[in-house]
Amino acid sequence: MITLVQDLGAGVLQFIVHLGRIALFAASVVRAALTPPSRVRIFVSELFNLGVLSLVIICVCGLAVGMVLGLQGYNTLVRFGAEQSLGAVVGLSLIRELGPVLTALLATGRAGSATTAEIGTMVATEQLDGLRMMSINPIHLVVMPKTFAMVCVMPLLSALFIVFGLGGGYLVGVVLMGVDGGTYVSSLQNAVDYYDDVVGSLLKALVFGVLVGLIATYRGYTCAPTSAGVSAATTSTVVVASVSVLIFDYFITALWGV
Amino acid sequence: MTVASVDDAPVVFSDVDMAFEDRHVLRAFSCRFAQGKISVILGGSGSGKTTILRLIGGLVRPQRGRIVVAGEDISQLSETQMYAVRRKLGMMFQGGALLDSLTIFDNLAFPLREHTSMSESEIATEVHRQLAAVGLSDVDELLPGQLSGGMIRRAALARAIVRKPEILLCDEPFSGLDPISVKRIEALLRRINRQLGVTMLVSSHHIPSTMRMADQVVLLLGDRAVSGSPAELCQSSDGRIAGFLNEEVDESIEPPAYAGNVRHRSTAP
Repeated sequence: MITLVQDLGAGVLQFIVHLGRIALFAASVVRAALTPPSRVRIFVSELFNLGVLSLVIICVCGLAVGMVLGLQGYNTLVRFGAEQSLGAVVGLSLIRELGPVLTALLATGRAGSATTAEIGTMVATEQLDGLRMMSINPIHLVVMPKTFAMVCVMPLLSALFIVFGLGGGYLVGVVLMGVDGGTYVSSLQNAVDYYDDVVGSLLKALVFGVLVGLIATYRGYTCAPTSAGVSAATTSTVVVASVSVLIFDYFITALWGV
Repeated sequence: MTVASVDDAPVVFSDVDMAFEDRHVLRAFSCRFAQGKISVILGGSGSGKTTILRLIGGLVRPQRGRIVVAGEDISQLSETQMYAVRRKLGMMFQGGALLDSLTIFDNLAFPLREHTSMSESEIATEVHRQLAAVGLSDVDELLPGQLSGGMIRRAALARAIVRKPEILLCDEPFSGLDPISVKRIEALLRRINRQLGVTMLVSSHHIPSTMRMADQVVLLLGDRAVSGSPAELCQSSDGRIAGFLNEEVDESIEPPAYAGNVRHRSTAP
């Protein structure tokens, strides 16, 4: 029993220590962003790596999720004779919840894990120490552009996911199931509020971008300098970032009503 | 004979303790490295050679003691303050530590672009000059992954000296290389030392090259360290020194329990 309490205490302490370290790490990233020289070229290159290279997976998954929502929504609504509300159901589900959350989970799996693996490999091969010895702060050169790129890319990918999801819902509901196209679009238009739903959704995605960006870079930056260490850090990024996104999603929804 | 006098030593260790968790690597280590000379830190695997270089670069911090580098006590400096000291240092890492996404040219140009106001044409001239100096004129557009081990070491050496450091740290420059590459790197290091007058600290367990190139040797023997010129160490009557230099297996050496100051051969034979 005492051992159990000790283990629990140690776990809680460890968690608090990690939180403190991530907070300090985040502060150093922000400080780096305010320190010259600007890393615009690297930032743009990271936008490409994290954003453009994720486009296919985001578009395909968005379309698939929209089609599933369209099908399930139609089958449920038709029982109550409310299939004309399909656009609202698909739209609100995607915009308020599924768009930002699923985008964050997909970005974690593709871009977050790649970010951790890349930085972790740089740690293991002493590339970051090499930068330090050249008087170049690795947080400024490597971490900061990747983190901010993730923050910027997440709302854009989420918006794209939602657009393709709405298209998927339209495809199934209107083209396959025969719901009137005008009804689908007008129910969507009437149900979705620009500020409450669309802006809120983008803000949610922005918060997820901060979370995934920080966790992915922190895990890579602090990983053990071995191949096993890089592997463990990459796995840990996917697990911790995914769980954090889901937990934060609840609190954002509960507190902000988004 | 003491190779480095108190006044001109650019790197001084005083009573330094260094441990990784509960594994002690250095204990009360004190040593001076001579200005403008080649000092080789010699010892077996795990004896703390690389740790000494990383302590000088501020990449790891000691638990106790004082380290003076280029006149600055770096033991208490913050990471930001350390960046100013590192401008006087160049380091050639054992694995090269070249940025693997950049070409060899860009790897060498990178520190110049970051820290100087040189134009691109001036940078190109300087990079090609350094690459030619290490015998790598035709690889500037290749990525580090496309080079052999010896070529990576030479490229790393070129990057380490491109900003003309006061102190050059070379971590295991000979390990894993064929005899021809060893002699080539050795000749390069000697030439750089002669031409630039740079203070050079080399960690190595390669005894023949150490004996050929070193002005000062710091031999880490597990529980103590001994310093002197190669000739002095070769003439030592200490069985463990002779055993190490003759590459005999010494079962009594326990890698990392080092204790006590460096004993210079003249004062403590």
